[in-house]
Amino acid sequence: MSEIVVNAVSKTWGGVGGVNRISFKADAGTLLVLLGPSGCGKSTTLRLIAGLEEVDSGTITIGGRDVTHLSPAQRNISMVFQSYALFPHLNVAENIIFGLRVRGVGRAERDARLRKVADIVGLSHLLERKPSQLSGGQRQRVALGRAIIAEAPVCLMDEPLSNLDAKLRHEMRTEIRSLQQRLGMTMVYVTHDQTEAMTMADRVILMRDGHIEQNGAPHELYNEPASDFTARFIGTPPMNIISWEAGAVLGIRPEHISLVENGGVPATVKAVEYLGADSIILCDVKGETVSVRQTGYCDLPTGAQVALGWQNRHIHLFDRDSGKRRAGSHLPHRGFPLNERQ
Amino acid sequence: MVSAVMSAAEPRAVRRRAWLTNANAWLLLLPAVVLLATFTHYPILATLYHSFFSLSRGGASEFVGLENYTYMLEDDVFWQVLRNNIVFAIATVPTSIALALLMAVWVDKKMAGRSFLRLAFFTPTVLPMIAVANIWLFFYTPNYGLLDQFLKSLGFAGHNWLGDPSTVMSCLAAMVVWKEAGFFMIFYLAALQTIPPELKEAAEVEGASRWYFFRRVTLPLLMPTTLFISINALINSFKLVDQLVIMTKGGPNNASSLLLYYIYEVAFTFQDTAFAATLTVTLIAILAAVALTKFVYLDRRIHYQ
Ligand SMILES: Nc1ncnc2c1ncn2[C@@H]1O[C@H](COP(=O)(O)OP(=O)(O)OP(=O)(O)O)[C@@H](O)[C@H]1O
Ligand SMILES: [Mg+2]
Repeated sequence: MSEIVVNAVSKTWGGVGGVNRISFKADAGTLLVLLGPSGCGKSTTLRLIAGLEEVDSGTITIGGRDVTHLSPAQRNISMVFQSYALFPHLNVAENIIFGLRVRGVGRAERDARLRKVADIVGLSHLLERKPSQLSGGQRQRVALGRAIIAEAPVCLMDEPLSNLDAKLRHEMRTEIRSLQQRLGMTMVYVTHDQTEAMTMADRVILMRDGHIEQNGAPHELYNEPASDFTARFIGTPPMNIISWEAGAVLGIRPEHISLVENGGVPATVKAVEYLGADSIILCDVKGETVSVRQTGYCDLPTGAQVALGWQNRHIHLFDRDSGKRRAGSHLPHRGFPLNERQ
Repeated sequence: MVSAVMSAAEPRAVRRRAWLTNANAWLLLLPAVVLLATFTHYPILATLYHSFFSLSRGGASEFVGLENYTYMLEDDVFWQVLRNNIVFAIATVPTSIALALLMAVWVDKKMAGRSFLRLAFFTPTVLPMIAVANIWLFFYTPNYGLLDQFLKSLGFAGHNWLGDPSTVMSCLAAMVVWKEAGFFMIFYLAALQTIPPELKEAAEVEGASRWYFFRRVTLPLLMPTTLFISINALINSFKLVDQLVIMTKGGPNNASSLLLYYIYEVAFTFQDTAFAATLTVTLIAILAAVALTKFVYLDRRIHYQ
């Protein structure tokens, strides 16, 4: 099986950018998402796995084979580029079978596989078109087709859905995930869209400035963020981070806060964002902004005085300086001033 | 009464405004139109006109119909220079294109001294043809020219390169290729840099060798440039004759004469302007045919991005 092991890999350009001693493992047949803000080293990591960049130090193995110094072709991978990288002079069919042709696969087999793949990505009726005659989503599916026709055990995708509209993005997300599971591929998927990460991944690696901030299943990143950075990155709107006693900050998700009748923390409504299924109430608490999620429509006027309450089991505590999660931070602390919700 | 006046005045105002717009446009075009008409269109038409008349040495010229053209078709020298020109084109166009492509691919790589190489390849282009011809004249000089010196040091005998009808064309062709290739390289270089690097990476991931990538991706994507260059090179092979004035004067025995140089001789040495006009019309027809081929035929068969 083709698990990918990245061990203490570094890559910089003259000491800047790139990644710094990252280690992780993608189990065979699973989908690993690399998530993080722009410029954190996601593409670099992917290109290192693909062999398009040379590592400065560290090793990469695929399926137990050390591929650190092998060429991209020898690594037996397929890749979807962020910019699609379609050959503009070749039509859809020729683009998809480019790799098969390179490897000298016979015509009959080529045609059969093309038919199958074109059907999967829904391009059967567009095989004669040139990339310039396709919409963005169609081009993206050509790139996808070219990657999956190889039937390589490892597939790497660099923000393959970044240019699509919300509906197409949702469709393609489902399509890619089911394809990956059907073909049993090991997939590394780069995105800076956390919705994509949460919905598709078996495991998410959150990166920041060239190192790994947290590596875990989607629910672990959401429910037990290892740092205030993770807490702020995962979730829309992100977790509220409020100053707390000396040396610590307190985190609480918007959906875990509610407006209470008596007791609670006094707050002033600054704005209300109506999202359809629910509303986000932005409140001011002693100069800090706290967002509260409420189901349905909310018609609180700006400037209204409200009181906020939450249960202590939903609280996360982080170290103020290091940003690290504090052990046992779910437990209520000594001298906790906020009211327990009744 | 009032409404009748209004309706008559309104279209007049509109018409007046349209007329002003038109006049404005024509005024802006005027300088270019005057220049083109005086120095391009009128001379072409005048040449065509003169090619149907006899030579007027002192007396009046008279209409002779196609007589000048029949004379041209019977002129052995015309056929020889036309043949020379075709040979010259076949010798220089593909070679300079191939060389330009080779140089462009080479200096497109990331390597030390790249800018210096690019500059070196481009230098022949900035030199005037007259200077180039003088430099190469020295190369080809019998006995003490560079080429002969070199051959002698290897033990070969000297040779009158430009004086021998069997070598003169090759010598001129080599020089023109040297001069032109650097210029065409710039176009290829520009085109190569528009090819996204991800294409190369995508092909690499698929396992394509460099040669396969060059043949199946780079070359097809360079086709528009190749077409542009080949048309230019072809037209240049009919247009560039400065070197003949310096190096051979078309000799020996018209072995290196080209169509345009022959026209120059006929018009200014033999003073036969009517025949020169006839030859010029023929040359223009050939060049127009080349340009037309590009526009109507080749354009349709090439992928443009
Ligand atoms: N070829 C390069 N030369 C120099 N620096 C580079 C190069 N490629 C990437 N970097 C730097 O490395 C860092 C990580 O880049 P990378 O492309 O991996 O970011 P990313 O996480 O993919 O960002 P995005 O989400 O915007 O695509 C960036 O700071 C970038 O400037
Ligand atoms: Mg990127």
